[in-house]
Amino acid sequence: MNKLMTKRKNIETARMKRWFIGVKGNDGLLIRTLIYGLLIGIGFVYLFPVIYMVSFSFKSLEDLLNPLVNWIPSTLHLENFKQAYQVLDFFPTLFQTLYVTILPALAQTAVAALVGYGFARFSFRLKNFLFVLVMVTFIIPPQVTLIPRYLVYSELNLLGNIQAFLLPATFGQGLNSAIFILIFYQFFRSIPKTLEEAALLDGAGHFRIFFTIAIPMAVPAIIISFLFSFVWYWNETYLAAIFFGDQLTTLPLELQKFAASYQRMFPAGMEESASQLNEGIRLAGTVLSILPLLIVYFITQKWFVEGVDRSGITGE
Amino acid sequence: MAKVLKKRPKPSIAYLFIAPWIIGFIAFTAFPLLYSLYLSFHKVSLTTEGIKTNYVSFENFQYAFTVDGVFMNYLIVFFRELLISVPIIIVFSLIIALLLNQKIRLRGLFRTIFFLPVIIASGPVLKELQDMGVTTIPSIEEVFIYSLASDNADQFIFGILLYVLDNIIMILWYSGVQILIFLAVLQKIDRQIYEAAMIDGASTWEIFWKVTLPSIFPMIVVNTIYTIVAYSIFSLNPIIEHIKVQMFELDTGFGYASALSWVYFVIIGLILILVFVIMNSQSKKRYAS
Repeated sequence: MNKLMTKRKNIETARMKRWFIGVKGNDGLLIRTLIYGLLIGIGFVYLFPVIYMVSFSFKSLEDLLNPLVNWIPSTLHLENFKQAYQVLDFFPTLFQTLYVTILPALAQTAVAALVGYGFARFSFRLKNFLFVLVMVTFIIPPQVTLIPRYLVYSELNLLGNIQAFLLPATFGQGLNSAIFILIFYQFFRSIPKTLEEAALLDGAGHFRIFFTIAIPMAVPAIIISFLFSFVWYWNETYLAAIFFGDQLTTLPLELQKFAASYQRMFPAGMEESASQLNEGIRLAGTVLSILPLLIVYFITQKWFVEGVDRSGITGE
Repeated sequence: MAKVLKKRPKPSIAYLFIAPWIIGFIAFTAFPLLYSLYLSFHKVSLTTEGIKTNYVSFENFQYAFTVDGVFMNYLIVFFRELLISVPIIIVFSLIIALLLNQKIRLRGLFRTIFFLPVIIASGPVLKELQDMGVTTIPSIEEVFIYSLASDNADQFIFGILLYVLDNIIMILWYSGVQILIFLAVLQKIDRQIYEAAMIDGASTWEIFWKVTLPSIFPMIVVNTIYTIVAYSIFSLNPIIEHIKVQMFELDTGFGYASALSWVYFVIIGLILILVFVIMNSQSKKRYAS
């Protein structure tokens, strides 16, 4: 009898403990406060530069110099954006950026689907070897292949031409192509073989099966690949600067030479002090250059998050 | 039935599917790799008639290691930063993933925030932020520096801490993909294993070390490799900037830049192999069952 009492008492204390500290570390009040505290704190550190950027981009020179104006500008000073807009040459640059990112991203996605399907649905000689080779290309720094590519492009007059990005992408050697091939490989492996066999029985060829059965099923993988590819090409400035020279430009490239362009457009000492490049104008330029990406991200962020889930590197 | 068997995937068709990649690999990866190796032993000059190469044996490499102090210096700095940043990024992203893996509200919002830098952090954007000094939280830094300076701590550790504090946001911003990879694998661990462990009386702490960590270990390796690769080819990396500068320098040029890129490639390759071998042997030693 006594034993039963102590047992019950133990259960009681355990329940109290569970309520306060929790069992698996996720039920208790204390732990939960700690988790939320940490997440919010780290989240703030993450967003700090973005908040700073947006806040300062609206500050006039007076606000920037006034130590009392901290986070919230006294007036919404749109002049920064107007100047940054002119310096970046915003819309023409944006269209060029879209041109040199969307086309390679599309080509890269298409070829990754094709190659991923080939690896996922067939068995052939050297398959494992070739697949390992695909993965190995991920670790080759682009700088090593950059110089020969540059020389060949200059021989073929492809410098300053979108082909410098488009050609490698079309043949599965674009930015991080290995990852996209892996995504499609994992995706197509999960489609049941019976579908394919039924289609074969009906007399469909392999390419027909690919286009009429596999591709419509792979829409999620296609969207994920395209979005990642798009963002990576957008943010690529090292190769873009070398391959495109002065012929083509992108928003990140324009941001890179923002200060120089500004000096050219608004020479110092010409007008009153408003024409001095300050932090506010530079940050307005930064905000403008990432604005299109932010819009894309907030519409499609589910796909990005799922994309990592589905990339298949976590294994099935 | 026989007809179906005959129509089984023929290897020749498979090659048609992967042919674009094979062609691309030869034209845009294998050939450039070999060609840049070839160039690295030459002095290359661009003339109106085309590319001219002069065989110079190991001169380029010799120059890189003996005369070009800048390159060596960058390599050492790169190596040190890699050694500090990669473990921090891995541990940090694992912690965030573990936090997000709890039953919490707004998980989607937090994931969106932590992944945001992957979208916007291009080289020029980070450069702007660095110039403005926004890659660190000023108040945190001050507190830490004062408390550390008064502690007259070890100079070496102090240096590391200072670097971390100076670049805290940069380091955090590199973790977006890794967090999501860890989160994805954490969510795939079978709940029943946890329940079984708890019935056996294991504490949360023990469960983490004995159940969670072993089951995500392969992803720690993957994330480490990913982090090293991403870090080494990021456009703010001074080494790749140096390679670019040398490309268009008259007295060094493409040949020397090729040599540098190969040295860099081999070093990264060695680091990756080393990391892979060490982590693999560790996992075998510790988690062999």
